Amino acid sequence: MSNLITPVLEISNLTIGYRQPAGWLDAVRDVSLSIQPGQVYGLVGESGSGKSTLALAVMRYLGEGGALRFGTIRFAGRDVYSLTPSELQAIRGTQIALVPQDPFSALNPSIKVGEQIAETLRWHQSLSPQEARTQARTLLDSVRMADPNRVLDSYQHQISGGMQQRVMIALALISDPLLLVLDEPTTGLDVTTEAAILDVFRGLMETYNTAALYVTHNLGVVARICDRVAVLYASELVEDAPTAELYRQPLHPYTRGLLDSVPRLGEDKHHHRLTPIGGRIPHLDELPPGCVFAPRCPLAVELCHTTRPPLEEAVPGRRVRCHRWPEILAGNAPTPEAAAAAPVGEALPAGGMLLSLDDVRVHYPLGRGRLVGAQRRCAPTERFPFARGRAVRALDGVSLTLGRGRTLGIVGESGSGKTTLARAIIGLAEPTSGGIQFSGVSLPRKLSRRPAAILRKLQMVFQNPLEALNPYLTIGEILSRPFIRLLGLPRKEALAEAVKLLAAVRLPEEYAARLPGQLSGGERQRIAIARAFAASPELLVADEPVSALDVSVQASILNLLNELQWARGTAMVFISHDLSVVGYLADEVAVMYLGRVVQVAEARDIFEAPYHPYTEALLSAIPIPDPAAVQENIRLDGEVPGAANLPLGCPFHTRCPRLVGEICRTEPPWQEAGGGKRIWCHIPVAELAAVQGRVIGAGRQVDR
Amino acid sequence: MARYFLRRIGLLLLTVALTSLIVFVITQYLPGDVCRIILGREAGDAAVADCRVDLGLDDPLPVQYFRWLANFAQGDWGTSYSVKAEIFPVVMQRTRNSLMLAAVTLVMAVPLSILLGVLAGLNENKGVDHVISVGSLAVVGLPEFVTGIVLIQLFAFKWKLFPANSSIRVETPFWEALPMLILPALTATLVLLAYIARLTRAGVVEELKQPYVRTATLKGLPRRMVIFKHVLRNALLPTVTVLAISFGWLISGLIVVENVFNYPGLGRLLAFAIDRRDLPLLQAVTMITVVGYALANLLADMAYAWLNPRIRLE
Repeated sequence: MSNLITPVLEISNLTIGYRQPAGWLDAVRDVSLSIQPGQVYGLVGESGSGKSTLALAVMRYLGEGGALRFGTIRFAGRDVYSLTPSELQAIRGTQIALVPQDPFSALNPSIKVGEQIAETLRWHQSLSPQEARTQARTLLDSVRMADPNRVLDSYQHQISGGMQQRVMIALALISDPLLLVLDEPTTGLDVTTEAAILDVFRGLMETYNTAALYVTHNLGVVARICDRVAVLYASELVEDAPTAELYRQPLHPYTRGLLDSVPRLGEDKHHHRLTPIGGRIPHLDELPPGCVFAPRCPLAVELCHTTRPPLEEAVPGRRVRCHRWPEILAGNAPTPEAAAAAPVGEALPAGGMLLSLDDVRVHYPLGRGRLVGAQRRCAPTERFPFARGRAVRALDGVSLTLGRGRTLGIVGESGSGKTTLARAIIGLAEPTSGGIQFSGVSLPRKLSRRPAAILRKLQMVFQNPLEALNPYLTIGEILSRPFIRLLGLPRKEALAEAVKLLAAVRLPEEYAARLPGQLSGGERQRIAIARAFAASPELLVADEPVSALDVSVQASILNLLNELQWARGTAMVFISHDLSVVGYLADEVAVMYLGRVVQVAEARDIFEAPYHPYTEALLSAIPIPDPAAVQENIRLDGEVPGAANLPLGCPFHTRCPRLVGEICRTEPPWQEAGGGKRIWCHIPVAELAAVQGRVIGAGRQVDR
Repeated sequence: MARYFLRRIGLLLLTVALTSLIVFVITQYLPGDVCRIILGREAGDAAVADCRVDLGLDDPLPVQYFRWLANFAQGDWGTSYSVKAEIFPVVMQRTRNSLMLAAVTLVMAVPLSILLGVLAGLNENKGVDHVISVGSLAVVGLPEFVTGIVLIQLFAFKWKLFPANSSIRVETPFWEALPMLILPALTATLVLLAYIARLTRAGVVEELKQPYVRTATLKGLPRRMVIFKHVLRNALLPTVTVLAISFGWLISGLIVVENVFNYPGLGRLLAFAIDRRDLPLLQAVTMITVVGYALANLLADMAYAWLNPRIRLE
């Protein structure tokens, strides 16, 4: 397919705007790039960067009120915006295809999956229904779909997220397209599923030599799969380079900031401080004059605030939009001051046991017919219907301890039970059996039975700050509530304390009068954290507190959590699916799978062998934001089985690459592996240590 | 799915049983002595007492209830006080008439209102949408006796297309009755039109926002295929449900239309029974109405379950 000399896609000075009552709002401003045949081109940006708008505009799909204001998009030499509707229809789905972000809603819930593939085949290739079905089956095979015949006859809600996304990929590949447009295709999938899907991409792109425009905010994924990367910020293209060079030496301060703000595996809070990018992403209708990044740029000078920098070729093949790129290239630019600040100090001295979970189980009995949540048919597993009963076993026997002032990180994918664990500790989920001890006292299971004294000591921060803050209360009122309700302060004093709290989270005093809807995502999460720390709790449960935030903001929230925790001696249970974040912030890490803990280790040891086979697979699946990193390639077959159909014995044995045999169907023992590390596996620790190498090798140093 | 079906039927039977109980109890407490009404005010006490024994009105209430229920289930619906005839055949004829009218109405209303709704939804906030939305609202705001009479004036008197009077007789076969059904059906259609069209419009607007529409469009499928194959089957789910429920209204709720056109349907029969305080007739018509609505609801549930794969395959 690559007998083209012209670039597959050529975007020149593209500006896409949306018509507003007050004028035009430009989502993409003056962007130029070109994609060669067979090239995988990454488009990186955060919210508001315009990356999704750009990707869809390439297929001439603009939202309501959207228009191409300036510039051109040429696909295989033809101007996309001059095509007639029938010409456009002819190339969509055949020469240029989309793999969208959320495969669940991208498929029609009322039409069988097989038919949705077959109809495209019949329309574009005039195949007969029989031929179309056979071809659909072949396509599903090429994306390595398990049980393709069943999938063809299923509806979208009957297959898992990973399978849905494979269907979307199969759909995109129907006519061997010249260009694939992928809009965050793996966001929302588990890490292990994402790794498998990325493998499928790579394999297919190599086989078919398809070019791709890969839109994402995940720097790790870009490093793994893209040949070239363009970085977008607030509707503008700020940097554009081959992947390896971009990571080795980013030229634009924004790119540098992004790479600095992501915690790397192996870094911990005691020795490194994350370097966030200050400020917030500007709204598209309040873009600053001059360089769009200047207000947040540590290297900004007078010129940057007044004059918009041109896009220049710094080095052959690399373009950057910055006034100061020559200095940065030469290595003479000053490093951002934040990096020089001292990291959080040494660990607090051990202070005794604070939290202890003893064989906690949370089971939700199943009603007739209806399955709880989105769990679907899984691979056949053994079960004793009478002994086990029909229930969703969200937590199936978890025992953990946490010392005062320490941070316990919980890592797991969907179905692991980590959120249920958080809810059980806080009191939102009642344990079916097992006990939780807090400060030596048994915690009442129900939240309503817990006295105010206990509530004050146990607080929670949730994933989505928009949903966690009452939109009708001002910030001042929100922050006063814990003082009024938990500490019994009168309103005036509570408000005064609330204002002090605002200062502690580095937000200006005026915010007390604002509503949550007027704040950005990161600011809202600061408020939520401030609220949690208001009554000086002894334990904070944080359930994925940064997952819903932009990358550049995550670092500042993690730093904040760290500071507040250290200043007040608060212990923390930190839950995440992101092992690098957990590895950074936690003292101890517990890895969970299907309601059980499979490994516990000190944070620094989690990346060293021996590992539980699941941890090993998890580590090999994480996309690392460093193209030079060496990483094992361990892939798990199939999907996570539903928590209603737990495998017997070790819950991981149905997918374990190191499966021993029949013994794995019995309950594994806990084995000590030295240094506080415990592994729950039948394979002797010594054997694991011998056969497992380091999953992630060191990458090259990044030149600042 | 089978379990869903059985549960629904069970609920239907329960509904009908409960309603029968309520109907029975209420009629017991209506003012006026049944026997006095039958025999007239001047009847002597002895005659009244005899009448009461005859009709079993002095038996304990539960006994009366179950006797009535048993008779009802067997088709013995008693004798009407006012018409002095067996109730069962009368009600059945009227039911047949109402069913004919309902069928014609649905045939007229459904395609038209769905078409209008789809047009409005596809052209959201544009001229076509405004005309359809406002127009249908205006029409539904008019009471049936107004629209009915206007239609009679136009179609019957001015243009002489259809008869003004729809009093069909018992023996009239369907095809002969059809011209007389057109105008009343049209009147009922105008009421349904706005309702169904707006619902369909909302469904279409909602579904057009869904990501699967983008997928279908970007697959290169032509617009008409995207609309008719992908969007409609999801957009029409609420419409289908409401249509099924409307069926219940069409059977027994068309009192005004039947009056305007002098059509012998269940609605007029009900009004007649109320007017004459004819309790057995009233009970019978009410029960048929309840059964009609319950069946319509069952139909709606089943249609929804069938069309929505998520429920069908549980």
